[in-house]
Amino acid sequence: MIEPNDDEVRRRQRSRAIVTALLLVAFVVLVYAVTIAKMTINQ
Amino acid sequence: MNTTTLPNARPITAEWRDFLALTKPRVMTLVVYTALCGLLVAPAPIHPVLAFTAILCVALGAGAAAALNMWYESDIDAKMKRTANRPIPAGRMDRQSALHFGVGLSFLSVILMGMATNWFAAVVLAVSILFYVLVYTVWLKRRTPQNIVIGGAAGAFPPLIGWAAVTGDVTLLPVLLFTLIFLWTPPHFWALSLFVRSDYAAAGVPMLPVVSGPRVTRQQIALYTLPMAAAAVAPWPLGLAGPIYGIAAAGLSLVFLLLSLQVLASKATEPAAMKAEKRLFAFSVVYLFAIFGMLVVDRWMLA
Repeated sequence: MIEPNDDEVRRRQRSRAIVTALLLVAFVVLVYAVTIAKMTINQ
Repeated sequence: MNTTTLPNARPITAEWRDFLALTKPRVMTLVVYTALCGLLVAPAPIHPVLAFTAILCVALGAGAAAALNMWYESDIDAKMKRTANRPIPAGRMDRQSALHFGVGLSFLSVILMGMATNWFAAVVLAVSILFYVLVYTVWLKRRTPQNIVIGGAAGAFPPLIGWAAVTGDVTLLPVLLFTLIFLWTPPHFWALSLFVRSDYAAAGVPMLPVVSGPRVTRQQIALYTLPMAAAAVAPWPLGLAGPIYGIAAAGLSLVFLLLSLQVLASKATEPAAMKAEKRLFAFSVVYLFAIFGMLVVDRWMLA
């Protein structure tokens, strides 16, 4: 499926990787915030 | 199942925008909005972070169901003008990517909902995803003109989930909100399917106008409007909402009823001439937004 010389495919892969990384960071922040929120409620 | 040869035999790597398109962001607007209203009218406080997470989970669940719908229906989508440019039929994405994305997002949304709020809300979210994918998409859509009627239940879950995320249970008010969306869906979609009939017919989807014709569809639209209006107004006499909501719901439902009667009186056969149908379809979206908005206003004013 991957064509090494295809710049378009590389560009798409790069943009997908960047968006995935950003979403993962957002997910980590969200889980942290949820944990803090639940600890606040339980206190 | 998909047996059609797709236009592009070797789809190139999908872009992130194609994955976003799989989630049907426009449809998600109404889902998120009704879930948010369900959450806001629930009679208990919720931490803002948990409220945000609950709504995010509803959005992710709706996106997952939409992605699985597009995975299963890529053959139908390829035959309809309205959907031919979706990522799979347009050849920008392979079906397996859509399947993996949809399943992954489903698990993420349900597990995150359970961890952030409660497992009852997570179970209702899981049921709504499964209902949309298995009952509506796989079972009903290609088999019966009642597809929209029963399948409409899938879109009616969000206010129930929003409520359950706060309280951990479901009472009469969220059930009435569920019923309202359930009964609103047929007139909303049948109005649309009247002026995109040729598209559905080309794809072999047994929508009511394709199977029974426009006259029966117009009658059914008018008929469904009556119980829908009753479900919309019911929270007021039952003491679950105040007069602000009750009067707004009655007024908006009356307009809906008048527009549906205009559709009933319409004899138009060409989509270009179907002004009454297009007007009802456009108003139906405003109607649902306004009804739910007024319920929140009513609750907060009384509080």
